[in-house]
Amino acid sequence: MGKTIDLNGKSYSVVPEVETVQQLLEHLELGNRILIVEKNKEILQKDSYDAPIMDRDQIEIIHFVGGG
Amino acid sequence: MSKYSRQELFTPIGADGQLRIRGAKVFVLGAGALGSSGAEMLVRAGVGELTIVDRDILEWSNLHRQQLYAEQDVVEQLPKAAAAERRLRQINSDVKIRGVVADVTPENVLELFEGHDMVLDGTDNIETRLLANDACLQLNIPFFMGACVGSYGLTFPIGVAEEQPCLHCLLEVLPPQSLTCDTVGVISPIVVTTAARQVAQLLKYVTGAELDPRLESTDLWTDERASMEVKNMKKSSCPSCSAQPSHPFLSASEVVRTAVLCGRDTVQLTWPKNRQVELAPFADSIRETVSNLLHNPYLVSCEYNDHRLVLFRDGRMLIHGTKDITEARKIAAGLLG
Ligand SMILES: [Zn+2]
Repeated sequence: MGKTIDLNGKSYSVVPEVETVQQLLEHLELGNRILIVEKNKEILQKDSYDAPIMDRDQIEIIHFVGGG
Repeated sequence: MSKYSRQELFTPIGADGQLRIRGAKVFVLGAGALGSSGAEMLVRAGVGELTIVDRDILEWSNLHRQQLYAEQDVVEQLPKAAAAERRLRQINSDVKIRGVVADVTPENVLELFEGHDMVLDGTDNIETRLLANDACLQLNIPFFMGACVGSYGLTFPIGVAEEQPCLHCLLEVLPPQSLTCDTVGVISPIVVTTAARQVAQLLKYVTGAELDPRLESTDLWTDERASMEVKNMKKSSCPSCSAQPSHPFLSASEVVRTAVLCGRDTVQLTWPKNRQVELAPFADSIRETVSNLLHNPYLVSCEYNDHRLVLFRDGRMLIHGTKDITEARKIAAGLLG
Protein backbone atom coordinates (compact mmCIF):
# COMPACT_ATOMS: atom_id res chain seq x y z
CA MET A 1 0.00 0.00 0.00
CA GLY A 2 1.63 3.27 -1.14
CA LYS A 3 1.79 6.30 1.10
CA THR A 4 0.28 9.64 0.17
CA ILE A 5 1.61 12.77 1.80
CA ASP A 6 0.96 16.46 1.57
CA LEU A 7 4.12 17.94 0.01
CA ASN A 8 4.36 21.73 -0.24
CA GLY A 9 0.60 21.99 -0.33
CA LYS A 10 -0.01 19.27 -2.92
CA SER A 11 -0.96 15.64 -2.64
CA TYR A 12 2.07 13.46 -3.40
CA SER A 13 2.34 9.68 -3.78
CA VAL A 14 5.53 8.36 -2.20
CA VAL A 15 7.25 5.58 -4.16
CA PRO A 16 7.72 2.42 -2.05
CA GLU A 17 11.53 2.63 -1.86
CA VAL A 18 11.33 6.06 -0.17
CA GLU A 19 11.00 5.44 3.56
CA THR A 20 12.70 8.41 5.23
CA VAL A 21 12.89 12.16 4.79
CA GLN A 22 16.49 11.84 3.56
CA GLN A 23 15.42 9.35 0.89
CA LEU A 24 12.61 11.68 -0.15
CA LEU A 25 15.07 14.57 -0.55
CA GLU A 26 17.33 12.38 -2.68
CA HIS A 27 14.37 11.17 -4.73
CA LEU A 28 13.44 14.83 -5.38
CA GLU A 29 17.08 15.52 -6.34
CA LEU A 30 17.40 17.97 -3.47
CA GLY A 31 19.96 15.87 -1.57
CA ASN A 32 22.84 18.34 -1.88
CA ARG A 33 20.88 21.57 -1.67
CA ILE A 34 20.80 23.97 1.23
CA LEU A 35 17.29 23.48 2.54
CA ILE A 36 14.96 23.51 5.50
CA VAL A 37 12.43 20.73 6.07
CA GLU A 38 9.27 20.90 8.12
CA LYS A 39 7.39 17.72 9.03
CA ASN A 40 3.93 18.10 10.49
CA LYS A 41 4.64 21.76 11.33
CA GLU A 42 7.92 21.01 13.17
CA ILE A 43 11.28 22.02 11.70
CA LEU A 44 13.48 18.95 11.31
CA GLN A 45 17.08 19.25 12.45
CA LYS A 46 19.61 17.92 9.94
CA ASP A 47 20.37 14.90 12.13
CA SER A 48 16.70 13.91 12.08
CA TYR A 49 16.39 13.41 8.33
CA ASP A 50 16.30 9.66 8.94
CA ALA A 51 12.80 10.19 10.36
CA PRO A 52 10.32 7.80 8.70
CA ILE A 53 7.68 9.12 6.34
CA MET A 54 4.17 8.09 7.32
CA ASP A 55 0.97 8.13 5.35
CA ARG A 56 -0.67 11.59 5.40
CA ASP A 57 2.44 13.34 6.74
CA GLN A 58 2.51 17.01 5.95
CA ILE A 59 5.94 17.92 4.61
CA GLU A 60 7.27 21.29 3.51
CA ILE A 61 10.65 21.82 1.93
CA ILE A 62 12.21 25.21 1.20
CA HIS A 63 15.55 25.28 -0.60
CA PHE A 64 17.77 28.31 -0.97
CA VAL A 65 18.65 29.63 -4.41
CA GLY A 66 21.04 32.28 -5.56
CA GLY A 67 19.15 34.19 -8.22
CA GLY A 68 17.28 37.41 -8.09
CA MET B 1 -6.82 64.13 -5.99
CA SER B 2 -3.60 62.93 -4.41
CA LYS B 3 -1.28 60.56 -6.22
CA TYR B 4 -1.63 58.14 -3.34
CA SER B 5 -5.39 58.37 -2.73
CA ARG B 6 -6.09 54.75 -3.62
CA GLN B 7 -3.31 53.58 -1.35
CA GLU B 8 -4.62 55.74 1.50
CA LEU B 9 -8.13 54.37 0.96
CA PHE B 10 -6.73 50.96 1.81
CA THR B 11 -7.66 50.96 5.51
CA PRO B 12 -4.55 49.26 6.97
CA ILE B 13 -2.43 52.04 5.45
CA GLY B 14 -4.66 55.14 5.58
CA ALA B 15 -3.38 58.71 5.64
CA ASP B 16 -1.19 57.97 8.64
CA GLY B 17 0.44 54.98 6.95
CA GLN B 18 1.08 57.03 3.84
CA LEU B 19 2.96 59.58 5.93
CA ARG B 20 5.11 56.80 7.31
CA ILE B 21 5.78 55.48 3.79
CA ARG B 22 6.74 59.01 2.80
CA GLY B 23 9.27 59.06 5.62
CA ALA B 24 10.97 55.80 4.60
CA LYS B 25 14.50 55.72 3.18
CA VAL B 26 14.97 52.42 1.37
CA PHE B 27 18.13 50.84 0.03
CA VAL B 28 17.59 48.46 -2.90
CA LEU B 29 20.47 46.00 -3.15
CA GLY B 30 20.76 45.16 -6.84
CA ALA B 31 19.01 46.53 -9.93
CA GLY B 32 18.38 43.22 -11.68
CA ALA B 33 15.05 41.47 -11.77
CA LEU B 34 13.93 41.63 -8.12
CA GLY B 35 15.54 45.05 -7.63
CA SER B 36 13.76 46.51 -10.69
CA SER B 37 10.42 45.16 -9.70
CA GLY B 38 10.69 46.07 -6.02
CA ALA B 39 12.11 49.54 -6.67
CA GLU B 40 9.31 50.39 -9.10
CA MET B 41 6.64 49.40 -6.56
CA LEU B 42 8.31 51.39 -3.79
CA VAL B 43 8.74 54.50 -5.92
CA ARG B 44 5.10 54.35 -7.02
CA ALA B 45 4.09 53.85 -3.38
CA GLY B 46 5.81 57.15 -2.60
CA VAL B 47 8.70 56.32 -0.26
CA GLY B 48 10.80 59.33 0.71
CA GLU B 49 14.17 58.23 -0.59
CA LEU B 50 15.40 55.25 -2.57
CA THR B 51 18.99 54.28 -3.30
CA ILE B 52 19.56 51.50 -5.82
CA VAL B 53 22.99 49.95 -6.32
CA ASP B 54 24.24 47.55 -8.99
CA ARG B 55 27.59 46.54 -10.44
CA ASP B 56 26.50 45.40 -13.90
CA ILE B 57 25.71 46.86 -17.30
CA LEU B 58 22.57 45.96 -19.21
CA GLU B 59 22.42 43.05 -21.60
CA TRP B 60 19.76 41.89 -24.04
CA SER B 61 19.10 38.81 -21.94
CA ASN B 62 17.95 41.04 -19.04
CA LEU B 63 14.98 42.62 -20.77
CA HIS B 64 12.46 39.78 -20.47
CA ARG B 65 12.31 40.19 -16.68
CA GLN B 66 13.97 43.45 -15.60
CA GLN B 67 11.06 45.79 -15.93
CA LEU B 68 12.78 49.15 -15.53
CA TYR B 69 14.73 48.82 -18.79
CA ALA B 70 14.10 49.17 -22.50
CA GLU B 71 16.04 48.28 -25.64
CA GLN B 72 17.68 51.70 -25.94
CA ASP B 73 19.27 51.29 -22.50
CA VAL B 74 21.01 48.14 -23.75
CA VAL B 75 22.13 49.84 -26.97
CA GLU B 76 23.69 52.62 -24.88
CA GLN B 77 25.38 50.01 -22.65
CA LEU B 78 24.14 51.79 -19.57
CA PRO B 79 24.93 50.49 -16.13
CA LYS B 80 21.74 49.13 -14.58
CA ALA B 81 21.94 51.56 -11.66
CA ALA B 82 22.10 54.56 -14.02
CA ALA B 83 19.23 53.34 -16.21
CA ALA B 84 17.19 52.49 -13.12
CA GLU B 85 17.75 55.94 -11.64
CA ARG B 86 16.60 57.60 -14.88
CA ARG B 87 13.47 55.48 -15.21
CA LEU B 88 12.48 55.71 -11.53
CA ARG B 89 12.73 59.52 -11.63
CA GLN B 90 10.34 59.52 -14.60
CA ILE B 91 7.87 57.39 -12.62
CA ASN B 92 7.60 59.56 -9.50
CA SER B 93 9.33 62.90 -9.00
CA ASP B 94 8.29 62.98 -5.32
CA VAL B 95 10.94 60.43 -4.45
CA LYS B 96 14.59 61.29 -3.94
CA ILE B 97 16.27 58.64 -6.09
CA ARG B 98 19.94 57.79 -6.33
CA GLY B 99 21.50 55.11 -8.54
CA VAL B 100 24.97 53.91 -7.52
CA VAL B 101 27.18 51.92 -9.90
CA ALA B 102 29.20 49.77 -7.52
CA ASP B 103 29.87 46.29 -6.32
CA VAL B 104 28.72 45.88 -2.73
CA THR B 105 31.68 44.52 -0.76
CA PRO B 106 32.73 44.14 2.86
CA GLU B 107 34.70 47.38 2.41
CA ASN B 108 31.82 49.60 1.35
CA VAL B 109 28.61 47.94 2.52
CA LEU B 110 28.20 49.84 5.81
CA GLU B 111 28.93 53.17 4.16
CA LEU B 112 26.36 52.39 1.43
CA PHE B 113 23.59 51.23 3.79
CA GLU B 114 24.08 53.95 6.39
CA GLY B 115 21.29 56.54 6.50
CA HIS B 116 18.67 54.11 5.22
CA ASP B 117 15.83 52.61 7.25
CA MET B 118 15.84 49.18 5.60
CA VAL B 119 17.32 47.12 2.76
CA LEU B 120 15.37 45.33 0.04
CA ASP B 121 17.16 42.29 -1.38
CA GLY B 122 17.63 42.31 -5.15
CA THR B 123 21.02 40.60 -5.30
CA ASP B 124 21.71 37.42 -7.25
CA ASN B 125 23.92 35.41 -4.91
CA ILE B 126 23.91 34.03 -1.39
CA GLU B 127 27.32 35.47 -0.45
CA THR B 128 26.10 39.04 -0.94
CA ARG B 129 22.92 38.21 0.98
CA LEU B 130 25.00 37.05 3.94
CA LEU B 131 27.07 40.23 3.68
CA ALA B 132 23.86 42.31 3.71
CA ASN B 133 22.53 40.22 6.60
CA ASP B 134 25.62 41.08 8.68
CA ALA B 135 25.59 44.74 7.70
CA CYS B 136 21.88 45.17 8.50
CA LEU B 137 22.31 43.45 11.86
CA GLN B 138 25.22 45.74 12.69
CA LEU B 139 23.23 48.84 11.66
CA ASN B 140 20.09 47.47 13.34
CA ILE B 141 17.86 47.85 10.27
CA PRO B 142 15.65 45.18 8.67
CA PHE B 143 16.63 43.20 5.58
CA PHE B 144 13.81 41.97 3.35
CA MET B 145 15.38 38.92 1.74
CA GLY B 146 14.12 37.55 -1.54
CA ALA B 147 15.54 35.16 -4.13
CA CYS B 148 14.23 33.42 -7.22
CA VAL B 149 15.28 31.14 -10.04
CA GLY B 150 13.26 29.21 -12.63
CA SER B 151 9.63 29.46 -11.50
CA TYR B 152 10.57 29.27 -7.80
CA GLY B 153 11.06 32.06 -5.30
CA LEU B 154 11.47 32.53 -1.56
CA THR B 155 11.27 35.38 0.93
CA PHE B 156 12.32 35.96 4.53
CA PRO B 157 12.21 39.26 6.42
CA ILE B 158 15.09 39.68 8.89
CA GLY B 159 15.23 42.10 11.82
CA VAL B 160 11.47 42.68 11.99
CA ALA B 161 10.71 40.87 15.27
CA GLU B 162 12.31 40.18 18.64
CA GLU B 163 14.11 36.87 18.94
CA GLN B 164 13.93 35.85 15.32
CA PRO B 165 16.67 34.00 13.45
CA CYS B 166 18.84 35.74 10.85
CA LEU B 167 19.84 34.38 7.45
CA HIS B 168 23.07 32.99 8.89
CA CYS B 169 21.07 31.04 11.51
CA LEU B 170 19.08 29.38 8.73
CA LEU B 171 22.09 28.49 6.60
CA GLU B 172 24.09 26.12 8.76
CA VAL B 173 26.66 25.48 6.06
CA LEU B 174 27.52 27.80 3.24
CA PRO B 175 26.42 26.62 -0.18
CA PRO B 176 29.14 25.59 -2.62
CA GLN B 177 29.69 27.98 -5.51
CA SER B 178 27.91 25.84 -8.09
CA LEU B 179 24.59 26.03 -6.27
CA THR B 180 24.48 29.80 -6.44
CA CYS B 181 24.74 29.77 -10.23
CA ASP B 182 21.75 30.92 -12.15
CA THR B 183 21.97 28.40 -14.94
CA VAL B 184 18.42 27.09 -15.15
CA GLY B 185 16.81 30.31 -16.36
CA VAL B 186 14.01 32.31 -14.82
CA ILE B 187 10.54 33.53 -15.81
CA SER B 188 9.25 37.00 -15.02
CA PRO B 189 6.08 35.97 -13.12
CA ILE B 190 8.13 34.56 -10.23
CA VAL B 191 10.24 37.72 -10.15
CA VAL B 192 7.16 39.88 -9.76
CA THR B 193 5.58 37.50 -7.23
CA THR B 194 8.70 37.38 -5.07
CA ALA B 195 9.25 41.13 -5.23
CA ALA B 196 5.58 41.74 -4.42
CA ARG B 197 5.86 39.68 -1.26
CA GLN B 198 9.06 41.50 -0.21
CA VAL B 199 7.47 44.90 -0.80
CA ALA B 200 4.25 43.94 1.02
CA GLN B 201 6.35 42.92 4.03
CA LEU B 202 8.31 46.17 3.81
CA LEU B 203 5.12 48.26 3.66
CA LYS B 204 3.66 46.37 6.61
CA TYR B 205 6.82 47.03 8.59
CA VAL B 206 6.90 50.73 7.69
CA THR B 207 3.24 51.28 8.56
CA GLY B 208 3.58 49.45 11.87
CA ALA B 209 1.43 46.43 11.00
CA GLU B 210 2.17 43.12 12.68
CA LEU B 211 4.71 41.19 10.63
CA ASP B 212 5.39 37.51 11.26
CA PRO B 213 8.92 36.60 10.11
CA ARG B 214 8.10 33.42 8.19
CA LEU B 215 10.24 31.72 5.59
CA GLU B 216 8.02 31.34 2.54
CA SER B 217 8.39 29.83 -0.92
CA THR B 218 6.28 29.54 -4.05
CA ASP B 219 6.67 27.69 -7.32
CA LEU B 220 4.38 29.21 -9.93
CA TRP B 221 4.87 26.37 -12.43
CA THR B 222 4.28 23.37 -10.17
CA ASP B 223 1.87 25.32 -7.95
CA GLU B 224 3.75 24.28 -4.80
CA ARG B 225 4.12 26.54 -1.80
CA ALA B 226 5.49 26.44 1.71
CA SER B 227 5.37 28.75 4.71
CA MET B 228 7.42 27.95 7.79
CA GLU B 229 7.51 29.26 11.31
CA VAL B 230 11.29 29.33 11.86
CA LYS B 231 11.50 31.17 15.21
CA ASN B 232 13.15 28.27 17.01
CA MET B 233 15.95 28.17 14.43
CA LYS B 234 17.57 31.20 16.08
CA LYS B 235 20.97 30.11 17.30
CA SER B 236 22.30 31.69 20.47
CA SER B 237 25.83 31.06 19.13
CA CYS B 238 25.21 32.63 15.69
CA PRO B 239 28.28 34.74 14.74
CA SER B 240 25.98 37.21 12.96
CA CYS B 241 23.11 37.82 15.40
CA SER B 242 24.16 36.57 18.86
CA ALA B 243 24.65 38.92 21.81
CA GLN B 244 28.35 39.30 20.94
CA PRO B 245 28.37 39.07 17.16
CA SER B 246 31.55 39.03 15.09
CA HIS B 247 29.75 39.74 11.76
CA PRO B 248 32.17 37.48 9.86
CA PHE B 249 31.00 38.51 6.39
CA LEU B 250 32.05 42.12 7.00
CA SER B 251 35.75 41.22 7.12
CA ALA B 252 37.41 42.63 4.03
CA SER B 253 40.58 41.78 2.15
CA GLU B 254 42.87 44.37 0.61
CA VAL B 255 44.11 42.81 -2.63
CA VAL B 256 42.82 42.81 -6.21
CA ARG B 257 39.83 40.57 -5.80
CA THR B 258 38.63 38.19 -8.47
CA ALA B 259 35.25 36.57 -8.92
CA VAL B 260 33.83 34.30 -11.57
CA LEU B 261 30.31 35.56 -12.24
CA CYS B 262 27.93 32.66 -12.05
CA GLY B 263 26.47 31.30 -15.25
CA ARG B 264 27.90 34.24 -17.14
CA ASP B 265 31.25 33.13 -18.51
CA THR B 266 32.71 36.31 -17.05
CA VAL B 267 35.47 37.13 -14.58
CA GLN B 268 35.41 40.28 -12.47
CA LEU B 269 38.61 41.92 -11.25
CA THR B 270 38.34 44.56 -8.54
CA TRP B 271 41.17 46.95 -7.76
CA PRO B 272 41.45 48.33 -4.22
CA LYS B 273 40.57 52.00 -3.77
CA ASN B 274 44.13 53.33 -3.85
CA ARG B 275 44.95 51.58 -7.14
CA GLN B 276 42.01 52.57 -9.28
CA VAL B 277 42.28 53.35 -12.99
CA GLU B 278 40.99 56.66 -14.43
CA LEU B 279 38.55 56.05 -17.30
CA ALA B 280 39.49 58.82 -19.77
CA PRO B 281 43.28 58.25 -19.83
CA PHE B 282 42.66 54.51 -19.98
CA ALA B 283 40.36 54.90 -23.00
CA ASP B 284 42.97 57.07 -24.75
CA SER B 285 45.76 54.64 -24.03
CA ILE B 286 43.99 51.65 -25.58
CA ARG B 287 42.41 53.37 -28.60
CA GLU B 288 44.92 51.85 -31.06
CA THR B 289 44.98 48.42 -29.47
CA VAL B 290 41.31 47.51 -29.16
CA SER B 291 38.17 47.54 -31.30
CA ASN B 292 34.61 48.75 -30.68
CA LEU B 293 35.76 51.17 -28.01
CA LEU B 294 32.95 52.87 -26.11
CA HIS B 295 33.49 55.46 -23.39
CA ASN B 296 30.69 57.00 -21.33
CA PRO B 297 30.72 58.64 -17.89
CA TYR B 298 30.34 55.29 -16.16
CA LEU B 299 32.59 52.90 -18.04
CA VAL B 300 34.96 52.04 -20.84
CA SER B 301 34.03 49.02 -22.92
CA CYS B 302 35.97 47.39 -25.76
CA GLU B 303 36.86 44.18 -27.61
CA TYR B 304 40.35 42.82 -27.10
CA ASN B 305 41.73 39.42 -28.13
CA ASP B 306 38.19 38.10 -28.74
CA HIS B 307 37.04 39.17 -25.27
CA ARG B 308 34.70 41.97 -24.35
CA LEU B 309 36.09 44.06 -21.50
CA VAL B 310 34.30 46.62 -19.38
CA LEU B 311 36.10 48.90 -16.92
CA PHE B 312 33.90 50.74 -14.42
CA ARG B 313 34.68 53.97 -12.61
CA ASP B 314 34.69 52.20 -9.25
CA GLY B 315 37.72 50.10 -10.20
CA ARG B 316 36.12 46.92 -11.48
CA MET B 317 36.79 45.24 -14.78
CA LEU B 318 34.54 42.58 -16.28
CA ILE B 319 36.20 40.21 -18.73
CA HIS B 320 33.59 38.37 -20.74
CA GLY B 321 34.14 35.09 -22.53
CA THR B 322 36.23 33.34 -19.89
CA LYS B 323 35.81 31.60 -16.56
CA ASP B 324 39.56 31.35 -16.06
CA ILE B 325 40.85 33.83 -13.49
CA THR B 326 44.47 33.48 -14.59
CA GLU B 327 43.56 34.14 -18.21
CA ALA B 328 41.46 37.12 -17.12
CA ARG B 329 44.35 38.59 -15.17
CA LYS B 330 46.60 38.10 -18.20
CA ILE B 331 44.14 39.90 -20.49
CA ALA B 332 43.81 42.80 -18.05
CA ALA B 333 47.58 43.00 -17.67
CA GLY B 334 47.86 43.07 -21.47
CA LEU B 335 45.99 46.36 -21.54
CA LEU B 336 46.98 47.93 -18.26
CA GLY B 337 50.67 47.03 -18.57
ZN1 LIG C 1 21.79 34.52 13.26
